[in-house]
Order: sequence, then C-alpha cells, then structure tokens
Amino acid sequence: MTAVEEVPLSAAGNPIGFGSMRRVEDARFVRGQGNYVDDVNLPGMLHSAILRSPHAHARIVSIDASAAEALPGVVAVITGKILEGIPRPSLLGDNFAWMPTLSYDTQAVLATDKVRFQGQEVAYVIAESRYIAKDALELIDVEYEILEPVMDAKRALDAGAPIIRDDKGQTDNSITDVHGNKTWESGNAESTAAAIAAAKADPNCVVVTQEIMYPRVHPAPMETCGSVSYLDKVTGQLTMYTTTQAPHAHRTVYAMVAGLPEQKIRIISPDIGGGFGNKVPVYPGYVLSVIGTIVTGKPVKWMEDRNENLVSTGFARDYHMTASIAATKEGKILAVDVDVLADHGAFNGVAQPTNYPAGFFNIFSGSYDYPDAHCKVTPVYTNKAPGGVAYACSFRITEAAYVIERVVDCLAQELQMDPADLRLKNLLRPEQFPYMSPTGWEYDSGEYEKTMRVAMDIAGYDELRREQAEKRAKGEYMGIGISFFTEGVGAGPRRDMDILGLGMADGIELRVHPTGKAQLRLSVQSQGQGHETTFAQIVAHELGIPPEDIEVLHGDTDNTPFGLGTYGSRSTPVSGAAASVVARKVRDRARIVAAAALECAPDDLDWELGRWYVKGDRERGKTIAEIALLSHSSLELPEGVEGHLDATAVYNPPNLTYPYGCYICVVDVDPGTGQVKIRRFIAVDDCGTRINPMIVEGQVHGGLADGVGMALMELIAFDTDGNNLGGSFMDYLLPTAVECPDWELGETVTPSPHHPIGAKGVGESATVGSPAAVVNAVIDALSPFGVRHADMPLTPANVWRAIQGNAIRVDMAVE
Amino acid sequence: MEVTITINGTPVTSEIEPRTLLVHFVRENAGLRGTHWGCDTSNCGTCVLWVDGSPVKSCTMLAAQADGHEVTTVEGLEQGGVLDPIQQGFIECHGLQCGFCTPGMMMTGRWLLDNNPNPSEAEIRDCISGQICRCTGYKNIVASIQWAAEHPATSEVTA
Repeated sequence: MTAVEEVPLSAAGNPIGFGSMRRVEDARFVRGQGNYVDDVNLPGMLHSAILRSPHAHARIVSIDASAAEALPGVVAVITGKILEGIPRPSLLGDNFAWMPTLSYDTQAVLATDKVRFQGQEVAYVIAESRYIAKDALELIDVEYEILEPVMDAKRALDAGAPIIRDDKGQTDNSITDVHGNKTWESGNAESTAAAIAAAKADPNCVVVTQEIMYPRVHPAPMETCGSVSYLDKVTGQLTMYTTTQAPHAHRTVYAMVAGLPEQKIRIISPDIGGGFGNKVPVYPGYVLSVIGTIVTGKPVKWMEDRNENLVSTGFARDYHMTASIAATKEGKILAVDVDVLADHGAFNGVAQPTNYPAGFFNIFSGSYDYPDAHCKVTPVYTNKAPGGVAYACSFRITEAAYVIERVVDCLAQELQMDPADLRLKNLLRPEQFPYMSPTGWEYDSGEYEKTMRVAMDIAGYDELRREQAEKRAKGEYMGIGISFFTEGVGAGPRRDMDILGLGMADGIELRVHPTGKAQLRLSVQSQGQGHETTFAQIVAHELGIPPEDIEVLHGDTDNTPFGLGTYGSRSTPVSGAAASVVARKVRDRARIVAAAALECAPDDLDWELGRWYVKGDRERGKTIAEIALLSHSSLELPEGVEGHLDATAVYNPPNLTYPYGCYICVVDVDPGTGQVKIRRFIAVDDCGTRINPMIVEGQVHGGLADGVGMALMELIAFDTDGNNLGGSFMDYLLPTAVECPDWELGETVTPSPHHPIGAKGVGESATVGSPAAVVNAVIDALSPFGVRHADMPLTPANVWRAIQGNAIRVDMAVE
Repeated sequence: MEVTITINGTPVTSEIEPRTLLVHFVRENAGLRGTHWGCDTSNCGTCVLWVDGSPVKSCTMLAAQADGHEVTTVEGLEQGGVLDPIQQGFIECHGLQCGFCTPGMMMTGRWLLDNNPNPSEAEIRDCISGQICRCTGYKNIVASIQWAAEHPATSEVTA
C-alpha cells in the first residue's frame, strides 16, 4: 500500500508529495474557461475546410474549382496540383503535395494522382467563415475514374490485387519498413515451432490454434483535431495552436516538412480535449493550415468535424491474428506462436519507435513463464485511412494483451480448467524479476500472483463460480472473464528508441524563484491526465515545496524544453523521472548554498523534507525557501558554484517500466437477443508508486470504459466498395453511463526499481487490459453453446450469431 | 436576420444567417466558449446548454429558434464568485479529466438536481446517457452529481 498517510499537508491542505489532491486544472474547466484550439480566435483569422474523397480508390481525372473560387467570401482554393507547383526547400521531397509520415513512408497532403481511401484530402478551401468554406466544398467539381479498392487485408497480397501505392512504383501491396523488411519477426522461430510440433505429437500435451481479430476502432476524443496557424511574414515566425500530444516533435516535423527554420516555429498546444493517440501523427489538415497562412498571410483555422475525425485520422488496431498455444494437459504453457496480418491502410502512418515497426506487439508472451515464443507480422496496404498505433494502445500492447489473454482462455476451455487456475499455474513468480521475456523484454518488477489474488478476493471468485453453476442449471447465461496483462511503457531508452531519428528522452527545467516558489517546464503534453497537478506533486515530494507553490508549464515549445510528448503512457515513466531528477539537482545545489550560509561543509548537512540541517543539530538549518533567497543574495559561494537554484535535466530511461494488472468482468447474456449486460468489473492495477491515487483511479476508470466499448460496440467496418461504415457517432457507438458498471478498483504497489520514484505509468493500462476480460466473460457465458471464440465487437447480433454457431467476420460488410 | 437571445441574463443581439446553429451563436457571436462542439449529430452532448431552463443539444438547434428565449450556459453556473455545487462536485470527485464534455455534463447534472434533488445512481446514469465522456468512465461524474445533491448550498469558494 502507499504511504499516503505519512505525507505532511501544506497550508492549503495539499499533500507535500504523493497522495490524492484536487486538480489544479479543474478551476478553469468547471467554469467553461478551458482554452481548446477551437477557442482560439486571432485578429483577421480565416477559416478553412477540406474536400474529401467519396471513393476508396479512384483516379483523379480533373478538378474544377472555379465555381468555388467565385463564391463570395472564398479567399483561396488549393488543390494537389497547386501544391505540386510549390517547391519545398527540404530534404524530404521537392514539393508540398506529399509529406513524410512518422514511419518513413509518404502521405499525400492533397491527392494529385489518385485517392486511396474514402475521406482522403482532395482540396482545401480558405474562406471568411466556417460556413462559407463548407459551402465552397459543394461547388468543387471533381471527376473521378473509380478503381477497384482493396478492402480486405487478407486479399491485399493476392496476385492481381489492385496496386494501391503505384506512386512509389510498388508492384504489390506489401509494406517495406525503413530497414528494408517486409515482415517483422520476433522471438525464436525454430524453438517455438519445435516446441509446438513436439506438443502436437505428445499425448500428454495439447496445442490450441485460434484466429483472433482485433478490429479497426477509433480513439475518438471528444475534441476533434484542428489547428490555427499564423505566419508573420515580416518576422518569419510561424505560430501554430494545434491539437498535438507531442508539440516538440511536431515542431521538428514542420521544420522538415515545410522547410521553415525551426527556431521560427512555435507550437502551442493549449488545452487538449482528449488525445488517446489520435493527436500524435501529423495530419494533412495541420499542414494545410500552415500552407493556408503562407498563401493568405493571415491566421487560418482548420477544425475538422466528427465525420472527418472518424474517417481520416489515426485509427487503431486492424490486426488479424492467428495464435497457437502449446501446453501440457496439466496446464503448463510451453510455447506460443502468433502470426499477424496487419492492415495499415493506404499510407504507413503509424507512430512508433523506428526499430519497432509492429510497435511493442512482441510483448505478447504476456505475464506467464514459458521459454518459447515467436511472432511474425506481415503489414499490408489497403484502401483505408492510415494509422494503426493509437487509442491508448501502448504501441500495440493492446493487441498483444488481447491475443494472449484470449488464447489462454481458449486453452483453459480445451483443458476444461478454470481460467484462474490456469493463469495462477503459469504466472511469473516474484523471484524471476528482472525477467527476460522470450522476445527480449526485461520486465522490471512484479508480484503477479499477489495482484491476482487481490482481484479474486474483491470479486469473490469462488462464489461467482458457484452462482454461475446454479444459473446454468436454470438456463441462465452468466459469464466470468479474467485478464492478466503486462505492459512495457515509458519509451524509451535512447539507445534503441527514436521516432524519425529523435531519441525518446525528455528534457525538463525547474526554476526556483527567490521567494522559494517554483516553475516546472515540461515537454510532455496533458490531454486530461492532470500534469499540472501530478508534476507539482513530484517536485513537492523531492523538495518540500507545497504543490500549490509550483506552477507547471507545458504545451508551448517556446517556453518548454524539448521532449517527445505524451503517448504510450510515457509521461510519468520518462518526464516524471525527469521531474524527480531535476528536483534532486536543485536539492544538491541547495545543499551547497545552505552549507555556505551555515558555514559548514555540504557533507555536514542532512536532508529532511523541505530543508537542509546540520547533522546532529536539527535546529540549525535552512529551508528551501530560505536557500532560494540566499542563492540570489550576496552570500559568497564556493568557487565554481554558480548562483541561483534553477536546473535542467534530460532523462534517458534505462529501461521501460512494466505496469500490470488483473481484471475480472462479470456479465449476464440474454441468449434470445444476444444482449450482454456487464454486471461487475473488478480492476486491480499495479503501476508502482501512485503519485496521485485519485488521478490514477480516474485514468483506470476511463480505460475500462474503452474496454467495454471495444468489446461490445465500437467498430470501424467497411463495405466492399470501400465505404466507411463508422463515420459518425450514430454509427460508431461509444459506451455511455448506462453501459458502464460501477467500477470496483483495487491495487498493489510494486515500485519500478529503476525509476527515481518507482512509478510505472498507468494511462493506458485499463484500455490494454480490459477488452480481453469482457470478451472472456462473454465467451465464458456462451461456452455451454460450444462457443470458443467470437470477434469483437460483441454486439447483440454478433453474440446471437455466435450462439447459432455461425460467427461472421465483423470487419467487412459481406454480401 | 436579427436575433436576440438572452444568455445568462444578458441579451445578445446579432445579425446572423438563418442557418446559424445555436452552438455557433453562443461560441462566436456571444463569445462564450465553454459550450463545445463535438459531433454534429446530437450524440455526444458536449454542446448541452439550457433553453428556457431545459437541457438542449445546441449543435442541432438553430439560433433563430432561440430568438427571444433564455439560454443558460456553463458560464452562468457560478454566481457572485461562488461556484455552483455541481461545479464544486466535479472538482471534489474528480469528475473531469480533459474537461471537454464537462460543461455539458454539468448542465445536465444541474438540471437533474433542480428537478430531482435526490436522484438514485440509476437515475443519474440514465440522465447523462445522452452524453459521452471518453476520459472518466462515468463513475466519478456520477459521484460528482451525487456530491452536489448532498451539498445543495456550498458557499465555499475553492480552486
């Protein structure tokens, strides 16, 4: 348990360190005084709108924008052809019609030759108002020659399949990464194949193989994506208010894309209305708003609507997985092999570390102790929107956690073992940490069985099983699903983690003012995580300055040091560590100043929260506030010691941190309608040290709702013509308060041994861990019908079909 | 056309296009940006405000329809420097994270309590079920509304 009770309280009643405290941010949000990008209005600002393709795959024969240009209030209409004519002084291509993606692919800013997905950007209108800009879109006449689209990833590599990326001279729809690989393998192929073959031949063993799809879903933050860009032609300064989770990385990308000098680019990411990975990539719309201000000389706002957000910006998942698990009949897991067909859409726009083109999917071996694991991922282009890594996935650990937790349940069903017993038999043991997984991840710490027992206790697991047996006898279908997940978060060690060559270390700056109040400048970007509160608590913990006396600044590249941003649950593991490190630097410097003032050696001083004092003489000491003033005073400091306490740091994490948890879901299924009702959901997370337990729990609640949504209702499907069938909130269903149960949370605390404060990050844990618990519960309920698996989303129709024994593909509308 | 809408007690008169949505009138003509625009299809509820005391999704109502009517927005909740209990409840119970759905949720929650001062958990969940939050999983929103029900007259100014 956390030692919250021991933390002293400030005059304002806040913990001077870790513990639940009200959020600093809330004061503005509850008054409607948040400052989101659409709230930014600059003098003389113009508005803009994007014409998008109605077709998934078509050649552009002609574009006639004359009627749009003639509409009063329209300032400019920009097409791909115009962008092709603008030379770009950069190494990344010679014109503005194409831009690089975060995966070293190219993506059309505005289509020139072909459109490659429904919703792709075709033309851009700048006008005096949002309404006029939208009107003008209706007046642009585009003639298309419709081409056959590739909508089924399973047929993308067929001989004779239409070629999507002919712009790159491709002769098929394979994707080649920056290292020249067309498939991404991990683990030991030979030993895994041998272990599975041996198990097949051994009458004391079983091998279970299951096709498991993680369909296409969308992060759908409540605030859509947008930006307000202004290039001051006199000073050359580009200021961009934009919905980005990574302001510094975006600044560098715009410098590269636009060929603008980076010192003249200022990215301001004000309040962000949810991100979940949707606001990591650079989208054509952002680039177009920059082009818009370059062309017009005025500020230009672009704000997408919900349909645009759902059909064109970064989707998540779309992994077709086939998993084989080998085990003894006693339930000891021996090996797991996973083959994946990865649908990346029309442009490879995934945002993940360069050396991890399938993200961290290869952590799929999960939380269990077995020697042999292997996966092979084959990525393909299809005529769908680009993306793939998003929606709180921890770089595809969602897919990994889902596939292992689903196939372990399939194994339990095959062995007729209780899925809890099977997991307990195989969980990694505390003495195995640090644990090197069969695919090369070094898990830092964990007490897995303890956590699982806490979850089972809260659930009353044995009693639930008894109730289930009684209900089954009465023809009622109750299900209990378990998921045990391990994540690796906090990317990452600079030695092998970068995005577009930018190492994933984070800078930080702490200023301590003469009165002892402080400002902490962060590179990471809150989208609701409460950084202004939790980062102040980290500094308070290290220096004893009350959190209300520490102002946290973020979201403005001119006022914060460089860092890679907030995604992959990396803020606490990386920048949180940086905050701790920089505060300790200040503490060390304060010791020297205090020693000078107290006329002793620094080594003669001891630290207690908020002050240095003379060893053996507790009365003789100086508080941080006193030392701050002294550091600015005429006090003579030792030679070589600079004045002031301000410090900077760059934190390069030695390893990822490995939060984990055990989730238990209880459902009731109506076999007549296929409707699933979630009765209970128990979540026990171990994210190491909890800086602000209230915020940790809030993060978990949100992720659990994601899991319920993905398991039961969320889906971006397509018809065979390429129409996106999830283009509005009438079609893309998100869970509301009535689908979500009253979450029951528990915790264990196993600190990370290598993180300065032992925190592991928790932002995505519940999104990663919860879908499998829901699906396992539904399948458990349906097992009397002989159902072993059905793909998400488990809508009433899909559950009903599974009961009838004819589950269908969920990702395609099949005639 | 010219419309006059009384927003939070102050009449706002503007010359607008007849097709202007109420959400855009409130945000752009009245300059009150606490009411958000999230989906266009009445599904998400970030645009909820009150027209004549009842919650309305302002992305699917024309400003012209509100001509001569009373609109209350999130900016109208705080009175004389004192937060409404619903605002205080969201702070106390961590009922918000990114804050984007929060104004709409608070307007609906306040309306519920005005009409049903002691709602059950199920009634609260039902009442906010036309609105989406992507951050909180709803549990703390429910708790925030319950807090406001239990503290009908906060006079404390916090945060």
